[in-house]
Amino acid sequence: MDRHYDAVIVGAGLAGLRAAIELAGRARVAVISKVFATRSHSGAAQGGIGAAIGNEEEDRWEWHMFDTVKGSDYLGDQDAIEVMAKDAPRTIYELEHLGVPFNRTRDGRIAQRAFGGHTRDFGKAPVKRACYAADRTGRVILDTLWEQSLRKGIDFFDEYHVLSLMINGSSCSGVVAYELATGAIVGFHSKAVLLATGGAGRIFKVTSNALASTGDGMAMAYRAGAPLEDMEFVQFHPTGIYKLGILISEAARGEGGVLRNAKGERFMEHYAPVIKDLAPRDMVSRCILEEIRAGRGIDGKDFVHLDLTHLGQDVIGHKLAEIAGFAKTYAGVDPAREPIPVHPTCHYMMGGIAANADGEVVVDAGATPLPGLFAAGECACVSVHGANRLGCNSLLDTLVFGRRTGGAIRDFIQTVKAPKPSDAFRKKAESRMAELLAIEGPEQIGAVMTELQHTMMEHVSVFRHAKGLQAALANIRELKERCARIAILDKGKCFNRNLLDSIELGQMLDLAEVITLGALYRGESRGAHWREDFPKRDDEKFLHHTMVHLSGGAPQIFSRPVAITRFEPRERTY
Amino acid sequence: MQCTFAVFRFDPAADRQSRYQHYVVSAEPADKILDCLNRIRWEQDPTLAYRASCAHGICGSDAMVINGHVALACQKLVRDFKTANNFVIEPLPVFQVLRDLIVDLRPFFEKHRAVRPYLVTAGENPEKERLQNSENQQFVEPALRCILCAACTATCPITRVNPAYLGPAALLRAFRYVCDSRDTLTLERLQALDNDDGIWGCKTMWWCTEVCPKGIPVTKCLGQIKRLLKKGDAHA
Repeated sequence: MDRHYDAVIVGAGLAGLRAAIELAGRARVAVISKVFATRSHSGAAQGGIGAAIGNEEEDRWEWHMFDTVKGSDYLGDQDAIEVMAKDAPRTIYELEHLGVPFNRTRDGRIAQRAFGGHTRDFGKAPVKRACYAADRTGRVILDTLWEQSLRKGIDFFDEYHVLSLMINGSSCSGVVAYELATGAIVGFHSKAVLLATGGAGRIFKVTSNALASTGDGMAMAYRAGAPLEDMEFVQFHPTGIYKLGILISEAARGEGGVLRNAKGERFMEHYAPVIKDLAPRDMVSRCILEEIRAGRGIDGKDFVHLDLTHLGQDVIGHKLAEIAGFAKTYAGVDPAREPIPVHPTCHYMMGGIAANADGEVVVDAGATPLPGLFAAGECACVSVHGANRLGCNSLLDTLVFGRRTGGAIRDFIQTVKAPKPSDAFRKKAESRMAELLAIEGPEQIGAVMTELQHTMMEHVSVFRHAKGLQAALANIRELKERCARIAILDKGKCFNRNLLDSIELGQMLDLAEVITLGALYRGESRGAHWREDFPKRDDEKFLHHTMVHLSGGAPQIFSRPVAITRFEPRERTY
Repeated sequence: MQCTFAVFRFDPAADRQSRYQHYVVSAEPADKILDCLNRIRWEQDPTLAYRASCAHGICGSDAMVINGHVALACQKLVRDFKTANNFVIEPLPVFQVLRDLIVDLRPFFEKHRAVRPYLVTAGENPEKERLQNSENQQFVEPALRCILCAACTATCPITRVNPAYLGPAALLRAFRYVCDSRDTLTLERLQALDNDDGIWGCKTMWWCTEVCPKGIPVTKCLGQIKRLLKKGDAHA
């Protein structure tokens, strides 16, 4: 079956929906998502969205820009960061106009609170910059944008899994997708494709990410020849619930919560004397693990305490209700009375499909666009987060660049004719599916996936060194071979999860290889990438983006310069 | 420890009628029911079909019937059930089963759309945000917790006997927009709900409130719509 649109958007999280709204009424748009739209992982974002609207205290976009640059350990592209910080206030007002139910101040304006790494006056003290709706900010924005998309009559293809991009010569002309309910393989022909498929946290054993966060868009673009940028920068959020990795928002510390070790010490005071528990995530995660290594984990175990007991029932009930529920349900802890056991959890990919500030996917060091292919949100690397993303900047990223990309697609589709539909891509996907279903082999999805997640956690998480990374790389390559011998036992056409699990696992293995290669290549410590054998940042050798693309079937590394406009790299202390 | 699972199975291509398949899973008391289902799928039987995504009760994918009670599989732990580690897992009632634990939620979302679930305002947007009383925002706050998991609508006794009834989830969303002080469609919204398939379909049986995995006082919120219709004043 074939369908025809002006633009196809893959992913119904915030970036995809915001782009869809920008295009609605001006183009025929389809939004394709492997889960039902409101199940998208943007909905799990808790704490807030950053913007210097200054409702609680003085704030300026220049301060927001500086914090983001410094938070990125000077690897973020400053031209793009400037775009984001300047556009943030407009973005918040726009969300409010669309209906997002933000918490309010006493005088009825949008309320704001403190968040990690966000400061006043270029680092002098924490600032209240995060706009929020309790601790379900992502969820209410997702619901609002989805409902506005329904109002605007956008076509949704929920529970369709995109299998491949149609890239002909040098331009993209659609996608091939698989309908979960029927097993039908459908060609979506379009002038433009936007990848907005989110992250890939499921590569790691402990993660805050959804089961659906398997990096599909990144892997698809990579397999189609587009480069992935800065993939070695993987954010571990400091406060995942012990063992489970379920996120406890940074808002808990923004509202005054503190981390404590086995001695009851507020240990962040020693590491970040100025902003303490509100230091950026890469630092706090390392500090927690340092405390644990020094034997100061709770009961000598591998976790510390997040103490909210002094905040009072009112703050917890009104501003942190969701995480209080998580703590009760999953850890059996009432955070108003007892501290929550936490440790770092894989949370966010700073890297992704190389794209410019208009969402155009770029393919080389000179940033040449691939016509018709766009990327936005977590799956893209613009790069506004560099080596470490600040809390509250991911929702902002999805909305600022989702809108800009929607606008760029609107302009682009006016300049090109509808591509001549070819059924070659669909036929290729059909035969690939038939091949997958015909594999006879001894391997099991669960065993290969579990081994991948363990390897990545052990060797490629917060602390890394060459020996471990090499072991991980060898293991990943072996697992890729094993993955090719996994038999699909379900031969059916209705909700065949077995088939999708196998496809997702293959994609995660490709991304794990790229992450590990980047981590081996980057012989320095910057942001979330910490090499114990190279514990210093090395601007002379590595103040550039790592680009990995497939060339002749094998990954190749090249680099791209960082855009530095306002802030020269300095030592990063808090 | 060992847990036994009797799981509802139905494959429309192969089965004339549904059946229960038995699995033995080793699990810890703090494991989620979803972890057990994942273990079955990844280690024993990859043909088992169910929906799940965030795995911590925010995306709303995995509402199902666990030991006779509608709940999210990712929000219930093994230790939450006093059934000697025996579990019976079935799909949501009311909706048509597509395969195994997956039901057709299209009717659920059609009802959601029917309440015009979006903010409608008159005139130009201001330069900055519209003002809204914090009290008003807090008044609608319970409805913002809704994750559209369909647990309430699947449980509601009225939904079972009247397929045309909007059901608690759609009515809760209607409450969210009726009572939002920024919305200007209040009267029309209320009029559209003023019938037996709308708000008066609710017979205050509290099942929705009891089953809601997000602890939303659904019945009370629906009661607010009834109150407003009776006194003809929309904003809290």
